[in-house]
Amino acid sequence: MDPLEAIKVTFFQECEEQLSELESGLLAMEQGETDSETVNAVFRAVHSIKGGAGAFSLEPLVRFAHVFETTLDDVRAGKLAPDNNVVKVMLRAADVLADHVRAARDGGVVEEARSQELASALEALNGEAPLAPIASEDFDDMPGLEFTPLTVSDDDGIGDDFGFTPLAAGIIELEPEGPALRRWTVHLRPKNALYAKANETGLLLRELKRLGDIQVSIDPADLPGLAELEPEHAYLSWTIVLTTDRSQSDIQEVFEFVDGDCDLTITADDVPSSLPAMGEASIDEPFDVMALIQQAQADVQAAPAAAIMAEILAPAAPAPVFAASAPSIPVPVAATAAAAGVAPDAAHGAAAQQATIRVDLDRVDRLIDLVGELVINQAMLAQRVTESGVPRSSNIAMGLDDLEHLTREIQDSVMAIRAQPVKSVFQRMPRLVREVAAMTGKQVRLVTEGEGTEVDKTVIERLTDPITHMIRNAIDHGLERPEVRVAAGKGPEGTVRLSAAHRSGRIVIEVSDDGKGIDRPRVRQIAIDKGLIEVDSNLSDEDVDNLIFMPGFSTASSVSDISGRGVGMDVVKRSIQGLGGRIAITSRPGQGSTFTLSLPLTLAVLDGMVVSVCDHTLVAPLTAIIESLQPKAQDVRAIGPDAYVIAIRDTYTPLIDVGAVLGYRTTPLDPTKGVALLVEGEGGARAALMVDAIQGQRQVVIKSLEANYRQVEGIAAATILGDGRVALILDVDNVVAARRREKARSDAKLAAAG
Amino acid sequence: MTTSSSNSALRELISFQIGAQEFCVDIMSVREIRGWTPATPLPRTPVFVRGVINLRGAVLPIVDLGSRLGLQMTEPTERHVIIVTRIEEQLVGLLVDAVCDIITVRDDQIQSTPDVASDLVQQFVKGILSMEGRMISLIYLERVLPDREAEAA
Repeated sequence: MDPLEAIKVTFFQECEEQLSELESGLLAMEQGETDSETVNAVFRAVHSIKGGAGAFSLEPLVRFAHVFETTLDDVRAGKLAPDNNVVKVMLRAADVLADHVRAARDGGVVEEARSQELASALEALNGEAPLAPIASEDFDDMPGLEFTPLTVSDDDGIGDDFGFTPLAAGIIELEPEGPALRRWTVHLRPKNALYAKANETGLLLRELKRLGDIQVSIDPADLPGLAELEPEHAYLSWTIVLTTDRSQSDIQEVFEFVDGDCDLTITADDVPSSLPAMGEASIDEPFDVMALIQQAQADVQAAPAAAIMAEILAPAAPAPVFAASAPSIPVPVAATAAAAGVAPDAAHGAAAQQATIRVDLDRVDRLIDLVGELVINQAMLAQRVTESGVPRSSNIAMGLDDLEHLTREIQDSVMAIRAQPVKSVFQRMPRLVREVAAMTGKQVRLVTEGEGTEVDKTVIERLTDPITHMIRNAIDHGLERPEVRVAAGKGPEGTVRLSAAHRSGRIVIEVSDDGKGIDRPRVRQIAIDKGLIEVDSNLSDEDVDNLIFMPGFSTASSVSDISGRGVGMDVVKRSIQGLGGRIAITSRPGQGSTFTLSLPLTLAVLDGMVVSVCDHTLVAPLTAIIESLQPKAQDVRAIGPDAYVIAIRDTYTPLIDVGAVLGYRTTPLDPTKGVALLVEGEGGARAALMVDAIQGQRQVVIKSLEANYRQVEGIAAATILGDGRVALILDVDNVVAARRREKARSDAKLAAAG
Repeated sequence: MTTSSSNSALRELISFQIGAQEFCVDIMSVREIRGWTPATPLPRTPVFVRGVINLRGAVLPIVDLGSRLGLQMTEPTERHVIIVTRIEEQLVGLLVDAVCDIITVRDDQIQSTPDVASDLVQQFVKGILSMEGRMISLIYLERVLPDREAEAA
């Protein structure tokens, strides 16, 4: 990867972080936390994205971020109160900003209308036109000249990408000045060094504009003829007349980072004065580079002057250098010192928050593999020592015990590295809620809890889809329209609660709404209509609720855009079960429903039941097993030529001989001599798996068989047991289905006893 | 191996025995050689796949090379050897009777496989070479594993 691409990748990674920062900041503001720290954090996020995007010339992103930033700046300056409406617009703007980032990354295009609509909404909040037109627009009508946004542009780029600007407000608070307006004349003559350090006059002027009204005039008198023109020299000087209530130190502060790199005089000008007649190109803000260039063109009388001018105005330098040299003119030193002192502190504070490092996932996975090997090795060693007859009180045995503790601790710590808070999944949900709410015309409030709950990365990745689906369902089917809610005596705004917590070694995620709850008579009727249940079947409330997990069940009368994309809750249930989890629903009419799903904390280990089949050791996932029993001869019945069922509490369940299905034996097992595991497979179908014996329960480390060999039918994965042997993990669904598929040609004939 | 384009390039081979015959593979594809440990059989796999073993925490499939080449099935004992090879990014253990030697040959010493009737020979023997009166067959490692497509069908 070429270096620029690598930097770009990092930039987009950081964008993701900034976006999540932005979103959580805005949500905090929605909750009323509008202190300057939160607002600044939000501002900083947008600002950083804009700055980086500018460096990569990501035009649409820069343009949108700029509008957004301008609005945020007003909030920061206290000009705009961050009430609910404002924050709502900003949240939507954050969504669009995220789209822009993704479009820039993946090469897509953001819907122009949507982006434009939000941009206008933001500008409307400003109550005024954007401070400065976007650079690219300035130059659009200039033929034959290509500008990148970070060069001549007067309003953005990499120069101001350090988040120092927020401090201006803080310092003003420290030094209250009389509110009286005063007029200042600022003479600015940059030296070559100023441009060499990637500072820009345009940015300085923009900073000055923040302080008050400015009138800017440029003095091109020193500009030589084109022949003598040295492209990297500074020839221009500016005179700025500033009307402000700020103090001289505030003005001085604007030039803090160019101290020593320019000749600067700031003089108080109490007598109202007209514009100094320094040059003819006297212009008002917005700083009109076009006019300037035309002026220069006229002066120099040479055709390609514009291009050269562009170079003079913007010497492209990679990074700004903040060399705080001694002030060249007498200014209140305290102010400079205070500014210099505060700024690094603030920068530090932001940096200290993220004491993290980026590590390639492969390295972590490798470490986890190695630790897995260590654990197995330790177990083998312990077994050998026990077998050798060393007494338990011996030093060797005690040393081994210590080793075991250490290895367990290492394993836990390593797994913790890969553990991530569910925040990354939860964070995508507010946006989803806004979109679904807008589509359904419902008012929804999302409350999240337990975002810090950690689960293994492998689980996190597969949580998004089920949660997304359940939240869509909760809004689409659970919550009522505002008028219906009001009629039912509830507030117009519905609440969807998303929470995560650790409970007995599993993660439990709940999605609950305060809507109407499950309409049981209707669910029942639909199930009857679709032939899922008998008309006269006697079902408890709980049974009815669980009908929505049946394949082919969908309560939406029309397939709506939101929930009914051909998948129902049965798909959710399946994918949860695929992760070794379970899902349940509770519902109270008129008060809402709660979906509870519980998942293992990691997919790298599995709770299994170790069983033997024909001298082979197999592991059955514990989550699939409902119960185990020893069949009695009179419970096993032949049905058809070669199929058998077992009666479990008067329900006949197909009996499957695992040894026969896997081809370990040709003579079927006598059911009375084995153990039956009652399992629930795909779609809730139950079956009884016959095995020879149960050895015990154990947590096992999952090793992919597919990666090491290839997929084997009936086997989900492999694991390594304490004795160092490889054991295979049963794919329960597949075994059940395989039996069904091969029913016709199966030669497995159970000895029907009795 | 780096200069394999040249006919006289030297390459090192590991030779081993299955029954009375001698075979060899390129030393660059061999990761390690270890003694036989009982394998866990895999259901529904060809007879020459003996199962999987635990190779320091990794799951390693074992191919009975004798059986794969159409010779007799191996009755493995502790004296049998597993040659751990890398075949197209995948580690595979080859069960053989014994490892004999490391031999250095030039590419032009490798003769093409004689046109004998056996399909299996044509499929798995890349070439043969003569060493001090012994005939050693160079194994086509890429073809040792069962074909994925054929397996799926």
